[in-house]
Amino acid sequence: MRVTLDIGRFNPDAPNAKPYRQEFILEVEEYYTVLDSLIYVREYEDPTLAVRCSCRASICGSCAMRVNGHASLGCKTKLISVMDKDGRVRVDPVGNMPRVKDLVWDMKPFWDKIRAVDPFLQPEGPEPEEEYIASPESMLHLVGVMGCIMCGACVSDCTVLEVDENFLGPAALAKAYRFTGDPRDGKTKERLKELNEYSGIWDCTRCMECVQACPKGVAPMERIMALRDKTIAAGIRNTNGARHAEAVSDFVKKSGKLDELRLVPRTYGMFNPMSLNSLFAAIPVGLRALRRGKLPPIIPHKVEGKENLQAVRRIFDKVEGKK
Amino acid sequence: MKVAFYPGCVSRGGCPELYPATIKVCQKLGIELDELTGAACTGAGVLQEKDRKLGDTLNARTFAMAEKKGLPIMTICSTCQGVMSQAYKRLMDDAKYREEVNALLKEEGLEFKGTVVIKHLLWIMVEDIGVDRVKALLTRQLPDLRIAPFYGCYIVRPSWALGFAEHPDRQHSLEDLIEAVGATVVDYDGKTKCCGLPILLINEKNSVDMVAKHTSTAQHLGANAMVTPCPLCHLNLDGYQPKAAKQSGIGIHMPILHLPQLIGLAMGFSPKEMGMERHIVSTREVEEAIAGRSAVGAGRR
Ligand code: SF4
Ligand code: SF4
Ligand code: FES
Repeated sequence: MRVTLDIGRFNPDAPNAKPYRQEFILEVEEYYTVLDSLIYVREYEDPTLAVRCSCRASICGSCAMRVNGHASLGCKTKLISVMDKDGRVRVDPVGNMPRVKDLVWDMKPFWDKIRAVDPFLQPEGPEPEEEYIASPESMLHLVGVMGCIMCGACVSDCTVLEVDENFLGPAALAKAYRFTGDPRDGKTKERLKELNEYSGIWDCTRCMECVQACPKGVAPMERIMALRDKTIAAGIRNTNGARHAEAVSDFVKKSGKLDELRLVPRTYGMFNPMSLNSLFAAIPVGLRALRRGKLPPIIPHKVEGKENLQAVRRIFDKVEGKK
Repeated sequence: MKVAFYPGCVSRGGCPELYPATIKVCQKLGIELDELTGAACTGAGVLQEKDRKLGDTLNARTFAMAEKKGLPIMTICSTCQGVMSQAYKRLMDDAKYREEVNALLKEEGLEFKGTVVIKHLLWIMVEDIGVDRVKALLTRQLPDLRIAPFYGCYIVRPSWALGFAEHPDRQHSLEDLIEAVGATVVDYDGKTKCCGLPILLINEKNSVDMVAKHTSTAQHLGANAMVTPCPLCHLNLDGYQPKAAKQSGIGIHMPILHLPQLIGLAMGFSPKEMGMERHIVSTREVEEAIAGRSAVGAGRR
């Protein structure tokens, strides 16, 4: 099988070092992974190509890279599944992290954020005589998230990290969920309070990039949503994010529909002088929208028919009542 | 074909131009619309933050309503489409969960059986009508336009909920339609990224930075318009573009078109009929590019 690898390269030691692209046309077997083909290049074409790997079996998390612009594990991605009709594949280092050389990048920012969420158990109360006991049922929901191999694919493609490097990011937040969800941990509320701060759970834009990129089915965004739910349930509600979620829920319950106009004051907090600034900041857009007739209707839309409205409310009562 | 039309909240709320434009375009496309007027909001992924089951139940209710009519659901919003597709997958993957949800619908005499098909107008045009037939319904080509596609997260991720394996064409459906109207596709990584709207009211700076990033990249690559199948993306990319220009210090001017508007313009509808005057970012250059061309065409005839 003939494949053209289009590799994003960079050698920091070259005089006036600059990223560049290099193509390799290879004759390889159909079962080759992207990583296999890169190793082939290093062995037979260009020994200076830098690529990181170890297990070659999606276990160690060393070989995250971008294939055709999206992060995945080189060793888990079959060439044949990503070649275009001309047999081309584009390979680049992961995004959102500093590059060291070619496809090798610096994991420091990744680990710094993992450390920032205190990724260890902090039990409370006196130590038990023997081991800490947790029932299998209470741990089941953590199985998925414990499958994280710290590869950084999710962090690479996170859209918020592209504009704000302070965001804790998908891997660290998924790790945080792993500990808030552990029945043996005693610091859940403190953890939630911290995650509720800036750059925490509410800054995620729900873009699903991390869910798509993760090779282990950790689905970091789903964990972030679960953390939001937990935070609201724990009574930590004084954030735009929590108010936003509650407001949407209230509107849908009342009318069956969203009410974009009222979403603004409800989210910023109607009586919160601290957020007056951001409220004013939203107004120019509102006025411009008004001039153009783009503002949402003053009288919000409802689902049609009284019986439909009642049915929607009934679902709310039944589901929420059960909680 | 006949569909159970699910317009979503935003096509009559924040983007009121989308609803009438869709109706006009569907008429020409021969899509008969039976609107689901009693269906609730999908929850847009926000309600699901608070309570996933609640969101899934509301969507199962909508599915059951369409099943009762025996019609496929047509959405016109990437977010509606994605939220519904995800809910559908969860309900289909877990029989016990499906039963629980159905128990909640019983009082209303509804049952979600799993036979419903949920499709965005974008997919219907490419899969059911076919690009060639859409093309045959156009009255003009728009070769002077260079258009950057912008999909919206939920219609591209997660791919396993969106039927990409069975329908690989969905991954380039927007590009196919841009080519069908005779325009040039401007390709860039941002086309499948996030517009930033979900955090607009939570972290406005980051949200607006995303708008700046995508619109300025498209502009840099020579696009003279962007087209999106998602009214929520439109809200942010269009509505917050002036702020994005200010915040980034880049002079950005990128008209954002709804997908039905682009098709409608090529079908011969006037910009006014497509509600273009309601946009925050003026679409005048786009309209002039189209008008200039059709004047030339008319002159030749
Ligand atoms: S869903 Fe949230 S955490 Fe995941 S990539 Fe998108 S912004 Fe980042
Ligand atoms: S969550 Fe998934 S993508 Fe992210 S570091 Fe862990 S294994 Fe890798
Ligand atoms: S080499 Fe270990 S995960 Fe790819």
